[in-house]
Amino acid sequence: MQVPIAHFLILAAILFSLGVLGVVIRRNAIVIFMSIELMLNSVNLTFLAFSNYLQNVEGQVLVFLVMVVAAAEVAVGLAIIVAIFRIRETVHVDDIKLLKW
Amino acid sequence: MVATILFYVFAGLAILGAVMVIANRNPIYSALSLILTLFALAGIYVLLMAHFIAIVHIAVYAGAIMVLFLFVIMLLNIRIEEKAPGAFRYMILIAAPMVVILFYELATVVFKAFSRAPVKQTNVGSVESIGNALFSQYVLPFEVTSVLLIVAMAGAVYLAKRRLNTVKE
Repeated sequence: MQVPIAHFLILAAILFSLGVLGVVIRRNAIVIFMSIELMLNSVNLTFLAFSNYLQNVEGQVLVFLVMVVAAAEVAVGLAIIVAIFRIRETVHVDDIKLLKW
Repeated sequence: MVATILFYVFAGLAILGAVMVIANRNPIYSALSLILTLFALAGIYVLLMAHFIAIVHIAVYAGAIMVLFLFVIMLLNIRIEEKAPGAFRYMILIAAPMVVILFYELATVVFKAFSRAPVKQTNVGSVESIGNALFSQYVLPFEVTSVLLIVAMAGAVYLAKRRLNTVKE
């Protein structure tokens, strides 16, 4: 008995939904970033499942590129959070409502 | 049979970690739970015969990104998130049905269609095939990602070193 591909895709759907939930309900900017990482990882899982399903290497290449984008996004995002924290001394997104101050 | 048990163990660990990421009020516990999720996902990648991606995933996420997260959390000395004030408290009443609808939509698409098991004897996930694809057909995107990393690094250094005017409103 083997696990069908659909179960991998449903696991990815669950993880993506949990990531969306985290982005919406959490107010700590760092936890919101972690939820975005969760969504990126679920997309990676989908890519790999379809790469195996279709026996195509392009899915794995795309996972590679998604990882690079995630690393760049985390570096820049955390730098922005640190910069905001130095000015406002908070990382809660409901305290940082203004785009310009 | 072993693969089936391993899949459900890893899937359960991944979902448990993901729930704990968004349920914990202390961001350090969230980061540690995210590490659990990432390791479980690496196991699932191995079940999908993507060995190279699994190793790179552990090296990049658990090795680099999570260290960055924990470093920033400890650098900022963040207090534990308190209860939401005002109208924000009821955000979960909107968010939870939205998430259920989203999951239902995503799951119904895939539930009937893809019933085949993952292929076990395959060469797709090997270092050789990925390297062949990455350095022949996809060499331009691969090089563009290096530019992206340089730009991100320069931007992060600029944001961290810039002298901020700390005028409070």
